[in-house]
Amino acid sequence: MNPFKLLVYLCLVLVAPLSHGGPKIESWQAQSGARVFFVENHSLPILDVQVDFAAGTAQEAPGKAGVAQLTRALLDLGAAGMDETEIASRMADLGAKLSGGVDMDRASISLRTLSMGDKRGPAVDLLRVILRSPQFPAPVFAREQARSVAAIKEALTRPDTIASRAFWSAMYPAHAYGRHATPESVRALTRTDVLAFHAANYTAASATVTIIGDLSRTDAQAVAEDLTGGLAPGVPLVGLAVPELPPAGEQRIAHPAAQAHLLLGLPALKRGDPDFFPLVVGNYALGGGGFVSRLMKEVREKRGLAYSVNSYFQPLAQLGPFQIGMQTKKAQANDALQVTREILANFLAQGPSESEMQAAKQNLIGSFPLRLDSNRKLLDNVSMIGFYGLPLDYLDRYPESIEQVTLADIRAAFARHVRPEHLVTVVVAGE
Amino acid sequence: MPAQLPDNRRFYQKRFMPMLCLRLIPLLLALAVPATALANPYERPLANGLRVIVKEDRRAPTVAHMVWYRAGSMDEKSGTTGVAHVLEHMMFKGTPSAGPGEFSRRVAAAGGRDNAFTSRDYTAYFQQVPKHKLSEMMQLEADRMRHLTLDPEEFAQEIRVVMEERRLRTDDQPQSLLFEQLTATAYQAHPYRVPIIGWMSDLENMTVKDARAWYESWYVPNNAYVVVVGDVDHNAVFELAEQHYGTLPARPLPARKPQDEPPQTGMRRLAVKAPAELPVVMMAYKVPVIRDVERDVDPYALEMLSAVLDGHEAARFSKHLVRQQRLAVEVTASYDSTTRGPGTFYLYGSPSEGKTRAELEAGLRAELADVQRQGVAADELARAKAQLIASQIYKLDSMFAQAMEIGQFESVGIPHTQSQRVIEKLQAVTAEQVQAVASKYFRDENLTVAELEPQPLPSTPRARSSFAPRH
Repeated sequence: MNPFKLLVYLCLVLVAPLSHGGPKIESWQAQSGARVFFVENHSLPILDVQVDFAAGTAQEAPGKAGVAQLTRALLDLGAAGMDETEIASRMADLGAKLSGGVDMDRASISLRTLSMGDKRGPAVDLLRVILRSPQFPAPVFAREQARSVAAIKEALTRPDTIASRAFWSAMYPAHAYGRHATPESVRALTRTDVLAFHAANYTAASATVTIIGDLSRTDAQAVAEDLTGGLAPGVPLVGLAVPELPPAGEQRIAHPAAQAHLLLGLPALKRGDPDFFPLVVGNYALGGGGFVSRLMKEVREKRGLAYSVNSYFQPLAQLGPFQIGMQTKKAQANDALQVTREILANFLAQGPSESEMQAAKQNLIGSFPLRLDSNRKLLDNVSMIGFYGLPLDYLDRYPESIEQVTLADIRAAFARHVRPEHLVTVVVAGE
Repeated sequence: MPAQLPDNRRFYQKRFMPMLCLRLIPLLLALAVPATALANPYERPLANGLRVIVKEDRRAPTVAHMVWYRAGSMDEKSGTTGVAHVLEHMMFKGTPSAGPGEFSRRVAAAGGRDNAFTSRDYTAYFQQVPKHKLSEMMQLEADRMRHLTLDPEEFAQEIRVVMEERRLRTDDQPQSLLFEQLTATAYQAHPYRVPIIGWMSDLENMTVKDARAWYESWYVPNNAYVVVVGDVDHNAVFELAEQHYGTLPARPLPARKPQDEPPQTGMRRLAVKAPAELPVVMMAYKVPVIRDVERDVDPYALEMLSAVLDGHEAARFSKHLVRQQRLAVEVTASYDSTTRGPGTFYLYGSPSEGKTRAELEAGLRAELADVQRQGVAADELARAKAQLIASQIYKLDSMFAQAMEIGQFESVGIPHTQSQRVIEKLQAVTAEQVQAVASKYFRDENLTVAELEPQPLPSTPRARSSFAPRH
């Protein structure tokens, strides 16, 4: 070990003497074929269960944009002869909560319940019938379709939504990640589309079940069998296409807002890519580390150009974006854009300094216990690991994976993943 | 699912903090009580008047450390609105021993997360750190409680950031503008009429002297309390607090004038025009809040009424107005019984396509009238109480949430030791009491109605120049 490494090591020991790793994740496959991930934790009388399906917007057929969201929204609004009011009333009577949502890759449904048998049993039963026999009642479909159209129309007046949509379309001109639900596409959907999307995507083969909390392994196995036993087996999904990297370009969209919204980025990173760690450490120094990052220091602290400015990687099943975002008053938009481009170009050319890298590591490793200090956070982490098939020791190895990153790793990883010739820029209300 | 909710923001923050829900959370969901030993949380006052409250929670090796000052936007004067929040920003701009940016750097180096927030009632600062970093956090907070530099050049930069924050979160947000106007109309004498972020003109004309005057007035140990929740020993925390905060001198506080709002004697109505698609109706009724935990009845009944109307997916608003009548795409009831100033019960929503604001307003009034005439059913009330019990336990999953709860009770003068009594009082609410408060307070002379009249964007948003290659 060279002296410098030793110094880093000592420093890390001082920062994080806990060296306790991640939680013990147990994993198995249910009879149905669904993969199950379980962390036993009896410190509170709470059980969290999340079922994730590979049923995100990327699975939508062209022309059916909006069907993933609508399918998930309707999932718990009628099942096994119970209408939406009965399901919601029963959940409320138990003090249990259903939540969830849809992103590009995943559709999720989560249950939080008290773990006492008289609460847990009925709450899990309700989730089982929702998973097994959703009915997608026609009148509820029509209503939710109308609400969805209204929400999209409202969102399309907002500069942040307009910017985000233009940005994703520019990054993914010919890929599912670049498609958006529009009022027209949602209006054109039928209940049959929802039934078909559900049948194809809400299957055991595409499901992961994450169970956290006050439950024994035996009971967890029973819960997983119970929840997934009625799912259609399904076939393993064909992987998403690899997105083609877009040409660099800039798009300006007029809007009456007081502030311009600026987004810069490109498709950059897949889940499971070994470059994740150097990119995370590097990005902390660039724009991920809040007030100690370069973007925040230069754009906000030195120039007062913006309230919020940051950068991040969003790894997905396929190349997810690297993005820089900020808002600034109209007249300053070009200044802010220029400063941001200079900071990025400089960072890509030089990488972070040694001290910036050390600060990044110190925070990322030191704050590791904060990532896991509640059942809710465990659920988020473990469901992500399960869904994307990351190694079960991902959390155990997280601190050392961060620690091992070198300056050369960061520069090389950024050179591979953030290539300026593919960087797209969107400015809304910057005129 | 859909529709953005009107933005009843409860506080402004130094930076975006996605983990905090920015909606006005009904107290019902924001309450929780320790099921653990009676002594926990522990409390000790220091000689200088600073109170230290410690709740031991040993589930993970982390700690939440918060410093709360009993000074918020309601303590501001005309002409310097927004100064409470501006000072919050300046608190990160350095002391003689920790220069600009040093505070954030040291928290980050400690593996911590930090932020701050300003409400109408208080200003609070927090760090979440690995437990062995608590002492360093206390040292940093104690330093800036007394020794803030308030450099004019730093101020000149930061006031621009705050103006950007106002543009981002109010000026370009139609529902925030609507809420700002509603509040300014419903309240005329009480300082709750003023937005937390401040009026733009006041921000444009604010000076570092205004910030200093605010700091000198309110940032003293006898106007503050410290809340610590986490994997700590309470006696050790008391010792650390004595060491770091104990040497700061107490000072007399400025007099606080009540500025009571005179009774409202007729309905008020206003409209806001802004670029949007969906109309919005917001209704604000003046109601009481908890002043005497033991003797009060109505605030508890109003909390339960809020839960019956909008506590879950099958509650009345969602069931009747969204699902059965299809009057609204989204509708919400919101009430906070723990505020320093006067209480307000909000109802708001957006009409469905083809329905008007007037129809939605009539629908909301009909729901209230139904409670006034028929009361609420036993099973509805039981359901709200079941959720209350569960939410107390769920709250224990978050150290941050537990610290927030203690801090918010204390901010309005309710000792945290009485939080269990508040829960018991909520559990004891009867259907008759709910019906009684509906009749007593939901009257037109007590009401202000605000309507968002959506304006089309000047042109359909479209790329002004087509996608143009660079370089």
